[in-house]
Amino acid sequence: MLVTNTERGLFCAPGNFHIDPWKPVDLAVITHAHSDHARRGSRQYVTAEPGGLALQERLGPTARIETLPFGERSLRNGVAVSFHPAGHILGSAQIRVEYRGEVCVISGDYKTEFDGISGRFEPVRCHTFITESTFALPIYRWKPQAEIFLEINDWWRENQQKERTSVLFAYSLGKAQRVLSGLDASSGPIFLHEAVRKFVDVYARAGVILPGIESANAEKIKATRGRALVIAPASADNSPWLRKFGEVSTAFASGWMQVRGPRRRRSLDRGFVLSDHADWDGLLASIEATGAECIRATHGYTAPLVRWLRERGKDADAIKTHFESKNEDVAGDGATAEAEAEPKAP
Amino acid sequence: MKRFAALYCELDQTTRTGEKVAALEAYFRDTSPFDAAWALHFLSGRSLPRAVATKNLWAWAAEEAALPPWLIQECHAAVGDTAETIALLLRNPGSHSSVSLAEVVEQRLLPLKTLPDGSRRELLLRTWRDLDQNERFVWNKMITGNFRLGVARTLVIRALAHVAGVDPSVMAHRVMGAWKPRGEDYLRIMSGAANEEEITKPYPFFLASPLEFKVAKGESLELLGQPDEWLIEWKWDGIRAQLIRRGGETLVWSRGDEMVSDAFPELIEAGHSLPEGTVLDGEILSWEVERPGPFAKLQRRLGRKKVTQRMRTDFPIAFVAYDLLETGGADIRSRPLDDRRCSLEALIVGSNERIRTSGTANASALFETPMFSGFEANTSTENPSPLRLSPIVPATSWAEVTRFQATARSLGVEGLMLKLRSSPYAVGRQRGDWWKWKIDPYVIDAVLILAQRGSGRRANLYTFGLWDNGKLVPVAKAYSGLTDAEILDVDAFVRRHSTEKFGPVRIVKPELVFELAFEGIHKSTRHKAGVAVRFPRMSRWRHDKKPEDADTLENLRAMANHENASA
Repeated sequence: MLVTNTERGLFCAPGNFHIDPWKPVDLAVITHAHSDHARRGSRQYVTAEPGGLALQERLGPTARIETLPFGERSLRNGVAVSFHPAGHILGSAQIRVEYRGEVCVISGDYKTEFDGISGRFEPVRCHTFITESTFALPIYRWKPQAEIFLEINDWWRENQQKERTSVLFAYSLGKAQRVLSGLDASSGPIFLHEAVRKFVDVYARAGVILPGIESANAEKIKATRGRALVIAPASADNSPWLRKFGEVSTAFASGWMQVRGPRRRRSLDRGFVLSDHADWDGLLASIEATGAECIRATHGYTAPLVRWLRERGKDADAIKTHFESKNEDVAGDGATAEAEAEPKAP
Repeated sequence: MKRFAALYCELDQTTRTGEKVAALEAYFRDTSPFDAAWALHFLSGRSLPRAVATKNLWAWAAEEAALPPWLIQECHAAVGDTAETIALLLRNPGSHSSVSLAEVVEQRLLPLKTLPDGSRRELLLRTWRDLDQNERFVWNKMITGNFRLGVARTLVIRALAHVAGVDPSVMAHRVMGAWKPRGEDYLRIMSGAANEEEITKPYPFFLASPLEFKVAKGESLELLGQPDEWLIEWKWDGIRAQLIRRGGETLVWSRGDEMVSDAFPELIEAGHSLPEGTVLDGEILSWEVERPGPFAKLQRRLGRKKVTQRMRTDFPIAFVAYDLLETGGADIRSRPLDDRRCSLEALIVGSNERIRTSGTANASALFETPMFSGFEANTSTENPSPLRLSPIVPATSWAEVTRFQATARSLGVEGLMLKLRSSPYAVGRQRGDWWKWKIDPYVIDAVLILAQRGSGRRANLYTFGLWDNGKLVPVAKAYSGLTDAEILDVDAFVRRHSTEKFGPVRIVKPELVFELAFEGIHKSTRHKAGVAVRFPRMSRWRHDKKPEDADTLENLRAMANHENASA
């Protein structure tokens, strides 16, 4: 195998580099800047060009990061490495690795619906496809984001009628900006939690301009109580900062909201089913489109996906990751695990 | 069906009672009586029996979703709910059908049970194809026989009362009566009968003010005046209630404005011996032959729709009357307490006499014990009346009152009631006429181990542990007792020192010690600690104590043994 699983993460032996390693290595090739894929401490990083700024923000100013435009090949010890849009967040990439005619693609996290800002996912032909499987169960099927944005905007207006501030929890990197892009900014002021704001700045520097945002000073907050919408990471729930907004209605935008249990356990008013991962149909279609005969599933519901593929005659298996109880989000919000909404790995 | 499924979602999406009532109200206002009758049926917790065997349900769902059974089971494991899993798996929602709730129930759900397997499958698949995703979820819930809507009965009643424009007490009475899920019955519930308000309505309860704070501050009881101006009674550890006998019917209202008649059939029976137009104020108590039993046993009787003979024998109760608000149909609340008490005594003695003579002839003298004298009751064991008179505590000086108060715990009562003999039965809490003097609570020092985020405006709920073999075992949950400033400090600590999170629950580093006060304690097999405490609250933050200085579970168990021995 061109790419194998090691205790530091996925490793390409002939190229002598790791992909999304969870321990420090010499050369780390990174799919995207969520913290379960981009860990600190490696000597050198390579990532897709549109994702460079977010990765720098994640790893700190001292990290050495090299970027490569989408589709452009770079050679490492005779191994051709290239990045291809994954549609997950801004600059997120699948990594294509080719050596002596054998092609392996590591998907990272991906979604098949084009959200307008994260790049358009494109299936890449390969022999081996290492795919994520966060939502690899047929209960997970997404509606088009336009419908979800309508729901969110309606909810915001309903809250305004009841004079409640709308608090929408979303992962700080990716989901928050996607939600922002779908908000009807004419409805009222929008405030961002600091963790979200710093990535909105990153998006702006990368050329993605999002609707007008109010700076959240105490005076303004007071004046706009009951009208404003606040985007914050879930870890900010119940924080003193959030209490400043007076009476609130809370919601969470996540694929996990598809199921009633996780929504109710968080005691949220609403759950919006908006995911940056592929749903069941999206996973199956993407796997098919790569033409791969060998599929390795990682991150999530690996077992059902593997069994499904094997029953259809594919060479499929699961790869264990360091992030066993990984969630759509461990990312944006650091260590405040959102693990509660995470189903047990099957 | 769409409208009903939408109601389900609305109720499911909010924890605010006001919004739940508003959603219910809107539903009942714009739905047909036929649908409303079925909605009320399900909202009252009257489920229908399971219409399809689980095995068949899964098989047909797998077929309809074109998925292998193993994958459906994987999904079920992830979702945890059969009805929801199937609703999520079925594709191609039918969005054009506008079948009503009554049609769904009467033409599809009810026949489903009686059909042969083949036609049953056909009807089930056809219904799935007609419904959209939310409707399918609700339909699945109905056919699996465990349909519950997350809404309390009092809220349903409040909503219906608003729609019908009547008092909630009237609506509670109507809904409690016999009705079938038919349009005409619903219309009857909404229109009601004449003068029913006069029959059903309880009086607002008169409440006593706490005296223990005054006593704790060192105020002398002498300030209350002469002891003989006061009627002293025990403060019972039960449920305050009014027993109403009007229009040939007996009703029991708890202080929570809830009609609890169903839970206490013996009171309804005993009510037949009361004269028409009588309202008693008193306390429902768990009862053990000759004395009050623990509150925990009374709890076994609450919230029951049907009480079996077995439960009546295993968890007997009594109604200890201490006031008479209406007699011969006349409101006598403005008469002085002494006067009302006289009438009350005559009434209870008379009524129990009637039970005695109509039941077994084994009459006996008034029951007497040194401390609990004066429970007028029928002690014939064959057919004891649950109606009793709250005895007067025979104290003639303030010193004696104080002594009686100190013995309260060993008698299984909560303390004393001091009522001015000349007082009318007022409304709400009016300081000065009635006082309650509770015994000092139990206290233990316990360690904060878990914190659960409160939902909406509710406060956070903390769990406390005591030491047992080097481990902290959870013993009580509390949310009140601290000042707002202290709560902020505790919350800040919780945020900085939580090690793990399960849903809304955070595991907190065991470091903070609190003095917990509680009113009672009893053995419990349902609690990990083996004991359960009543009304726990944080009485003090013990900054001076380290976690290792907290009490042991053994201490608490010893208190329980003591209490159970004395109760």
